Amino acid sequence: MLQIALWKRVAILAAVLFGLALAMPNAFYTRVEGHNDAVQAIEATGATTPELIAKRDAWPGWLPSGLVNLGLDLRGGAHLLAEVQVDDVYAERMDGLWPDVRDALREQRAEIGTIRRRDAPVGELHVQVSRPENMAAAVAAVRELARPTVTLTGVGASDIEVRGEGDMLIVQLSEAEQQATRDRTIQQSLEIVRRRVDEVGTREPTIQRQGADRILIQVPGIGSAEELKALIGTTARLTFHPVVSRTANPDEAPGTGNVIYPDIEDNGTYYILEKRAVVSGEDLTDAQPGFDQNGLPSVTFRFNPAGARKFGQYTSENVGEPFAIVLDEEVISAPVIREAILGGSGQITGNFTVEDSTQLAVLLRAGALPAELVFLEERTIGPELGADSIAAGQIASIVAFVAVLVFMGASYGLFGLFANIALLVNVGLIFGLLSAIGATLTLPGIAGIVLTIGMAVDANVLVFERIREELKSARGPARAIELGYEKALSAILDANITTFITATILFMLGSGPVRGFAVTLGLGILTSVFTAIFVTRLMIVIWMERRRPKTIAL
Amino acid sequence: MRLKLVPSETNWDFFRATRISFGASLMAMVASVLLFATLGLNFGIDFRGGTTIRTESAQPVDVGIYRDALAALDLGDVTITEVFDPGFGPDKNVAQVRIQAQDGQESVTPETIAAVEAALQQVAPDITFPSVESVGPKVSGELIRTAVLAVALAIFAVLVYIWLRFEWQFSLGAVAALVHDVTLTIGIFAALQIKFDLAIIAALLTIVGYSLNDTVVVFDRVRENLRRYKKMALKEVLNLSINETLSRTVMTSVTTLLALIALFVLGGDVIRGFVFAMIWGVVVGTYSSVFVASNILLMLGVKRDWSKQDDGGAGTQFADVDA
Repeated sequence: MLQIALWKRVAILAAVLFGLALAMPNAFYTRVEGHNDAVQAIEATGATTPELIAKRDAWPGWLPSGLVNLGLDLRGGAHLLAEVQVDDVYAERMDGLWPDVRDALREQRAEIGTIRRRDAPVGELHVQVSRPENMAAAVAAVRELARPTVTLTGVGASDIEVRGEGDMLIVQLSEAEQQATRDRTIQQSLEIVRRRVDEVGTREPTIQRQGADRILIQVPGIGSAEELKALIGTTARLTFHPVVSRTANPDEAPGTGNVIYPDIEDNGTYYILEKRAVVSGEDLTDAQPGFDQNGLPSVTFRFNPAGARKFGQYTSENVGEPFAIVLDEEVISAPVIREAILGGSGQITGNFTVEDSTQLAVLLRAGALPAELVFLEERTIGPELGADSIAAGQIASIVAFVAVLVFMGASYGLFGLFANIALLVNVGLIFGLLSAIGATLTLPGIAGIVLTIGMAVDANVLVFERIREELKSARGPARAIELGYEKALSAILDANITTFITATILFMLGSGPVRGFAVTLGLGILTSVFTAIFVTRLMIVIWMERRRPKTIAL
Repeated sequence: MRLKLVPSETNWDFFRATRISFGASLMAMVASVLLFATLGLNFGIDFRGGTTIRTESAQPVDVGIYRDALAALDLGDVTITEVFDPGFGPDKNVAQVRIQAQDGQESVTPETIAAVEAALQQVAPDITFPSVESVGPKVSGELIRTAVLAVALAIFAVLVYIWLRFEWQFSLGAVAALVHDVTLTIGIFAALQIKFDLAIIAALLTIVGYSLNDTVVVFDRVRENLRRYKKMALKEVLNLSINETLSRTVMTSVTTLLALIALFVLGGDVIRGFVFAMIWGVVVGTYSSVFVASNILLMLGVKRDWSKQDDGGAGTQFADVDA
């Protein structure tokens, strides 16, 4: 006989109610969103304006308040995929190592003769030695410079590898050190990008590492990807250099230890500066936009004690000399030092607009990126387009829903009605699960739900068709229903497992909207199997118990 | 009165016209490959890099004027297509401008976009740009590789799963049907030159899942009937199984198509290509699970002595799934 134990009935009912409760907040999207934002604002700032309280109380706190996140294609916003130029950091490390290598080798001059640095691939340092027969000594001397790598796994590994090839001494970062450097660089970049995005205060940005050296940034509600790029794409390395001279010729040889940087205004002025910076942005503790004594926009900054000491010492020794304020290899300004600046704070004036100075202050506060970002992919979706897509998706879903409901009712009568109730539960459960795991709903995701509406009835159809067949064998209705479920099960499972496999592969390999589709499709399979096997069956069993029909029409 | 799409008792011979159906499938596949080779696919920026800008204005779109406005910018290959949708009012005219990837740039520069927008504003002052998307050649190359990998991996995973659950002959039959469906879908995209982007790959994989769903239901019944009618010829068993499951096959296809057609008509132009692929896939997938998969199974033959291995089971270690 058809029987379902009481505890199973309760469990099925509880699961359905729980899922629907989780889905419910989505029906009151704006109100719940306002409530969540208000709760967050009150927690973060402690501010309790009547407005915030009113918003918070618009949705009772004891009700679930998880919402389905809307993807960028539905909400509008900007998406950027950036690649961190880790090679630059490797190159920088090699440049930084060169003076030490040079000094170490010079001490051995008697043995290895003269040395000369040669061009090398990124991440390597090539030094030509005039007496290659004593290469072993040179290698040993440079190996002295190696330090242990700081990682969790590479215990005992040293940071550089040194070897001799012919008359060439080759220094390169060890595998472990490269890995550690890459991870550190990406982590720092992530952190700084996050700080910069947070500074402008938008809602729920997604900032995550993707693959070995990429960062994915999604910011809902921002006007354009260009705006976002201007904010996070700038390296923002601020340095202060002594000025050697000023020139109009960009090709002039700066001389050893010096560099030539253009003026930020593109006005044909170039500065020859000492390469070694006196102080850099790393020593800044604060930067704020403001106005100078002439009322022009400027940025005031403050150094930490170490920076203040270096800056104070340098300025007091070089009164009357010019020094340059450099941002990302461009000279913002090169004022003359009028007096020693000992307090550790100063002011940058340039040809700024108020926006420029505000943005520069943000960038300086958040810190410099450890390496340049190159943007591989960028997408801007306007909020109106997203709203249009949501509206179209909603209408299409409702129409699809009604069509399937009518069709199922016409085909299977009362049993079709059971299947339809299960279908409603099914869509509710999908939304409940999406909210519970904080998944993101995208436009293809809506398509996934609509497709699930169509396919979800499949499991029920399989069972109903099977019951019809069993009824032909002239068994009683209860037996037919039981056999129908029993025999259709393997087909239901096989069919849904194979579809689930493809959804899983889509999820693993897809990105963005496609991933959203995979999530709704996969969840839809789980919920539709659950509703078909448990929910519809429960309804049928309860109906059979109440009515005890002698025959059933299917 | 019940709505019945298929009579409750059918006894149609699905193998009578094997030559015709099989020949038609083969010819369609060859045609698809030829179309793909000659016309090629209309790849979106996801796969070949470049920029698309969606424009919207109150005045009607004049593609010629837009093209002339952009010609001066010297951006290489620029395609402008007008977008139609029943949901747009008379004062909503939408076009899609596609610009090829610019030499030596990973993603498009702000200057290029600003120049394009300014040029279009010259000819259509009220124009707005609801979306701007740009993909660099580095990423688009990877996306192609991932997409091909995804489809291949999905087909392979399915091959293995069906092999474990059934027998290798079933597995080959199912995969033949999948290859048939994917090839025909690519064929129609080449023939109609519909934009082929990442979303279409998602659609392809869904088609793989759907077509398989259908095939597996038929195969499941074949397996059951093989055990029940030990003496019946394989062809008869296949025919019987297809007939028994026909009603379900048609029901499910119709409900799925109902949902998809609603989405196709009302879901907006952004996902229309995606939904089209799925509608096509459902039609082709339903056809292939009846005609292609079973035919392959008939050609390969099936091992019939399952019942000797273990009683009641289906013959493999995974077959005894029960809830």
